[in-house]
Formats: sequence, structure tokens, C-alpha cells
Amino acid sequence: MIGSAVIVFRETLEAALLIGIIAAATRGLVGRNFWLAIGIGAGLVGSLIVAGLTEKIGELAEGTGQEIFNATILGIAVLMLGWHNIWMTTHGREMAAQAKSVGREVKTGQREMSALAILIALAVLREGSETALFLYSLAAGGGTSQVSLLSGGLLGLAGGIGVGWALYAGLARIPLRHFFTVTSALILFLAAGLAGQMARFLVQGDVISPLASPLWDSSSLLPMTSVLGNLLHLLAGYEARPSGMQVLFYGLTFIVILLGMRWSRTPTPQAI
Amino acid sequence: MKYLAFAFLLIPVISFGADLEMALVIKDHQFIPAELKVPAGKKVKLIVSNQDSTPEEFESHQLNREKVIAGNAKATIYVGPLSPGKYTFWGEFHDKTARGVIVAE
Repeated sequence: MIGSAVIVFRETLEAALLIGIIAAATRGLVGRNFWLAIGIGAGLVGSLIVAGLTEKIGELAEGTGQEIFNATILGIAVLMLGWHNIWMTTHGREMAAQAKSVGREVKTGQREMSALAILIALAVLREGSETALFLYSLAAGGGTSQVSLLSGGLLGLAGGIGVGWALYAGLARIPLRHFFTVTSALILFLAAGLAGQMARFLVQGDVISPLASPLWDSSSLLPMTSVLGNLLHLLAGYEARPSGMQVLFYGLTFIVILLGMRWSRTPTPQAI
Repeated sequence: MKYLAFAFLLIPVISFGADLEMALVIKDHQFIPAELKVPAGKKVKLIVSNQDSTPEEFESHQLNREKVIAGNAKATIYVGPLSPGKYTFWGEFHDKTARGVIVAE
């Protein structure tokens, strides 16, 4: 039971942290909860479909279809997170400053939320399909009873959702003045980390060369198996033994989104 | 400076094929062979065939790899080029029995 709880927890956590950050960052947008629910629901349905198609997807591209598939999903997620951050630098501040005028922004807000629903669906789909495969694998193996498997899975799921919720609640307590700085910084690191993971899949599938493998090794300093290492991996894309290409993807994504945010920032209006 | 920038362009970004093919089998939630010797400094194309009916996830922090392999299916994982040393890997879905190590020398 503990085994299934731990794995389901780990898979859930990755999606739950992303949802927690997105939910916090879109606080005050009309229809936010509706779009979040749509995203999660679509992701759950999608994860079952992807889990069922694992073999087919894997056979594509001479046995590296899974890498291409994952890299594509991660690429879309990076684009959407980056775009969200740039969008927020122009719209977020004014929306927070004048909560009343949110109504004016409903149209653009809806477009923004529907795009984020896709992002959430993709995150849930990726982690959910692995969870479904794992549970199927255990259930079919016959080593564990169905009840212990199910209760372990539910325990892990609840734990992951709990941490995601705690992150959301913690972010929601940040004073408005600093709120957008904190959420955009989190999303910036998250997007760069996903870009790094995308590079890892492309290297694993031999689509691009690793450049240097590994570029450094900090596994004795901060192992991936430690709680801090794991958390930093999920939130900021930390890798103990990254390839040069991973670091390159990470750095480029980080810089491009940061520049986009700087350039799109509207000049602070002078006091009237 | 110009020459330096030009030299940088010569680093091959797109890779062409693997240097070496190696086979790994998953059976009864175990890796066969459990110890795989590979030459150091060469990229290896690892063909993992899962002979169990259940899916397995090949995972290794040291190799920086992670891949789900469906039941009764084959998958390709590229590793390396590795510097000499031992690299442990395991099956995430059955991590008590599915354990192995790649020895690069």
C-alpha cells in the first residue's frame, strides 16, 4: 500500500504544484474555477486514453515515440507558461490594482483562462497516464490486493492534492504588492525547468545531441532523491546530472521569457 | 572573437545514429542482464524488450533517463557517451526486484 501511495503521490504532486501556481496566478479572473475544472477533467480523460495507447505511441519513430510525445507536450506547456507570464505583466497589475474593473477584462481573461485550461489538461494527462499505467501494472501483477492498491492510490492522490492546495493557500496570502512578482518568478522557473525536461527527452530519443553529459554532477551535494532536491526539481527544474543541452534549453527559455516580460511591461503611469 | 563564434557553430547539434546497440530484457520484473558492460565514451542504443505483460518504467538518476515500456513491447533508450563508472537503474513500477547497473569501462 505504501509503495502505491508514494508513486501516486509523486506523480500527482507534479501536476498539483502546477495547478496550485496557476490557480493562484489567475486569482480574480472571471470563471477561473470553471476553466480549472475543465482542464483537470479533460486531462483525466486524456490520461486514460494515452495510457491505453502507450504501446502504439512507443512504437512510433523507431521506438522513441514516447520521447517525441513528451517533448511536444512539454514544449506546448513552456510556450503557454511563457505567454501567460508576458500577458500577466501587462494585464495582471492593473487587474489587481482595480479589482472592480475586472469585468472590462472578461474577454481577454476568458481567452487567457481557456489557454491555461489546455496547459493544465496537458500536465494532468502526462502525470495521470503514468499513474494509470503504474496502478494497472500493480493490479495485473497480482502481488497486492485490490483494496490495498486502491487505498494506497487514494492516499497518494490526497497527499499530492494537499501539497498543491497548501502552495495555493500560501501564495494567496502574499500581499498584492508582491503577489505578481512571486507568481511570475515561480512560473518563470517552472517554464525553464520544463524546457530542460523537454531537452532531456529529445536527447534520450537521440533527436539532439547532449553536448556534454553530464555538464556537472551535484548528486553528492544535493541528490535528486532528497526531499529538497526533488522539490527543487519539480518547481525549478533542478537536475543533479544535467546534460549541456538541458542547461542550454533551461537558460534560453529563462532569458527569452524574462526579456518578453521586460519589453511588454507598460511604463508606470505618472501620478495624475 | 569571430573565429571563436564560428568554431562554436561546428559543434554538432543534430546527432546522427548511435554508435552501438545493446539489448536488455525485462522478465518477471527483473532486468536481464542485471549488469550491462558498455564501452566508455560511446553513445549506446539500448533496446529494452519487456517480456512481462505489465508495463515498466526504466528510470535512472545517474543516467538521467526515464521511460515507460508497455507490456510485451520493445523500446529504445539512448544513453551516454558515459565516462567510466557504474550507473544504477531500476524499474520504477517494481523497484524491489527490477534493479540493474550499467558499467562503463
